[in-house]
Amino acid sequence: MSEIAQSLALAGELVAAGDAKLAEIVWLSLKVSLSATALSCVLGMPLGALLAVGRFPGRHSLIVLFNGLMGLPPVVVGLLVYLLLSRAGPLGQFGLLFTPAAMIIAQTVLITPIIAALTRQVIEDEWREYREQLRSLGASRMRAGRTLLWNARFSLTTAGLAGFGRAVAEVGAVMIVGGNIDGVTRVMTTTIALETSKGDLPLALALGAILVAVVLVINTGAFILRQWAERRWG
Amino acid sequence: MTALRFLLTALVVAMAQPSGAQAQQRFITVASTTSTEQSGLFGHLLPAFEKASGIRVRVVALGTGQALDLARRGDADVVFVHDPAAEEKFVAEAFGVKRQQVMYNDFILVGPKADPAKAAGQDILEGLRRVATTQAPFVSRGDKSGTHTAELRYWKAAGVDLATASGIRGPWYRDTGSGMGPALNTAASMNAYILADRGTWLNFRNRGELGIVVAGDQALFNQYGVILVNPAKHAHVKAADGQKFIDWIVSPAGQQAIAAYRIGGEQLFFPNAR
Amino acid sequence: MHWLELQGLGLTEGATRILADIDLKLGAGRTALLGPNGAGKSTLLRLMHGLLRPSTGTVSWPNPLSQAMVFQRPVMLRATVLANIEYGLSLRGVPAGARRRKADEALARVGLPELVHRQARKLSGGEQQRVALARAWALEPEVLFLDEPTASLDPASSREVERIIGEIAAGGTKIVMTTHNLGQAHRIAEEVIYLEGGRLMEQTPVEEFFRQPSTSAARLFIQDELGS
Repeated sequence: MSEIAQSLALAGELVAAGDAKLAEIVWLSLKVSLSATALSCVLGMPLGALLAVGRFPGRHSLIVLFNGLMGLPPVVVGLLVYLLLSRAGPLGQFGLLFTPAAMIIAQTVLITPIIAALTRQVIEDEWREYREQLRSLGASRMRAGRTLLWNARFSLTTAGLAGFGRAVAEVGAVMIVGGNIDGVTRVMTTTIALETSKGDLPLALALGAILVAVVLVINTGAFILRQWAERRWG
Repeated sequence: MTALRFLLTALVVAMAQPSGAQAQQRFITVASTTSTEQSGLFGHLLPAFEKASGIRVRVVALGTGQALDLARRGDADVVFVHDPAAEEKFVAEAFGVKRQQVMYNDFILVGPKADPAKAAGQDILEGLRRVATTQAPFVSRGDKSGTHTAELRYWKAAGVDLATASGIRGPWYRDTGSGMGPALNTAASMNAYILADRGTWLNFRNRGELGIVVAGDQALFNQYGVILVNPAKHAHVKAADGQKFIDWIVSPAGQQAIAAYRIGGEQLFFPNAR
Repeated sequence: MHWLELQGLGLTEGATRILADIDLKLGAGRTALLGPNGAGKSTLLRLMHGLLRPSTGTVSWPNPLSQAMVFQRPVMLRATVLANIEYGLSLRGVPAGARRRKADEALARVGLPELVHRQARKLSGGEQQRVALARAWALEPEVLFLDEPTASLDPASSREVERIIGEIAAGGTKIVMTTHNLGQAHRIAEEVIYLEGGRLMEQTPVEEFFRQPSTSAARLFIQDELGS
């Protein structure tokens, strides 16, 4: 217990001191994971809507596939993206390995299935409610999917947050494709892993507490936004 | 649709920023070992080189085996590792230009202060034999790192056949497949023996009941080498800047910087470039 | 002269036969579909409107007519009243410049011009149903299908909705509606189509239907409904 209390105290001290190094790491974590989340929303949400309202051969297989991909281990994603971005790999010429861009790509691959699968569930419920009305008005399935994405925008924040939570908390993928390079690709989770390796458990735990706090702040903001939106839009 | 466009724009900006900054910044990528990173040596060494050369060094810390594999794929400009046999092979396969020795530190046998195996002393082979005979818990890196290959070499020299020492790798021998730090954490929680490099040990906080059991044996000598990745294999390798780093680290300035790195007054690495 | 013809129309779902052997020509301007629960009224309406595809038979329009439908429970997007009405117009290809005017006109006709910028889902059920009527009306359909449009509403809202339906019909739009309310059917319709157990029992002018239906099934239904 005393170790945990000590870590929390240390976390408070680090934050209070406004440590520049820490701020840089937190900022990079947010930048990478928020970018990956945005990219995954752009890719995964239309895909989820398509799976919800579309009718095409293989749709059910795709739904099962995406549900399965939600459980993809980050290390596997990291390895996959590493092999793609490595100089010897198909995308090697872009020199993206060990850059934040590589980390964004890996996290995007990791969380797009999550966002797509959760979006599909939300849009399927919407589709049940709106299907007849939209078809009566003459909306094609594509158009209906777009309309429902917009209509469900506040419910979909949950999908985005789930993706962000997974992205910002994972270490396996960013460690491999980012390389945990000091000042370049070192994010909160890889720092925690490094401090654990050094046996500095209180510092590692303190960083973990800061990570949780950051995620909580973002979730609280999203929650308040959603409450407000539901009051306003009904 | 406006929201979508906004998202895409934001993303392009976010992605472009770091690579834009990189374009202006000269840097090389060095694949090195967890022991050098976690001992804090790079934190001490690199600012001096960066100041002298204007070249930033990005260190990716892995096990020696992984670091060499990474370089084989062309994902690093320089390797800085500690497994002379593997390094020679790397150069012989023409993945590396030339191997230069830089410094050494030493391995130590870490174990419970109570030393239930009575392994204490200056003879690593005898120490390991006693651990095996008493079947005291032993944690192995098991990750193809330089430390791991050295450990296997010592077991062989000590005449302990791990596969048959007590059936198939007795339960006393724990193969953890992890880096130096995590393996030390495991050893600390199990109160087990473990072969470690002195640098990581000195910088390691979570020691529990562990202490140094065997040190000072000539056989525990741990040589580090540095190799430029062969630009003939991978054209994008920053050969000139990579060579500058190598030249600096084997130069008197670099060697003095290595010798000056101390933890608690204790010197961790001993420069021996030729 | 009929404007819609159903031939041998049937719908089965799994092993359940919901509608069978419907042969029907619609020529009247205002038609009420009546029948007990489970008779297949709503299903027939959806087959006519094209929301469901028949298992057998055909739905044929001698001249294609533009259609719209209003449902028992109004389905509003999470947007303003104006945006909801304009959305329907945009789907029908009405140019952006003309949408606002058409939406305002339709809202005025349903008596809710002041709600134009309100959030549609925050309105009362009655108001939402009137907005749904405005959304349909703005499309200027030649045929308007209504599925139990007042079943979820209080009496005052029901009267208002009935008034609006009457006005839409007066503008020349053909009305086909299902309802449980015989008085409403009497007030609105010219012709009654009576269904029971998924089959067409009769198609009769409204006065005649209530005075002397031609089938005993319809007679019993009217007695039960008026008696209860």
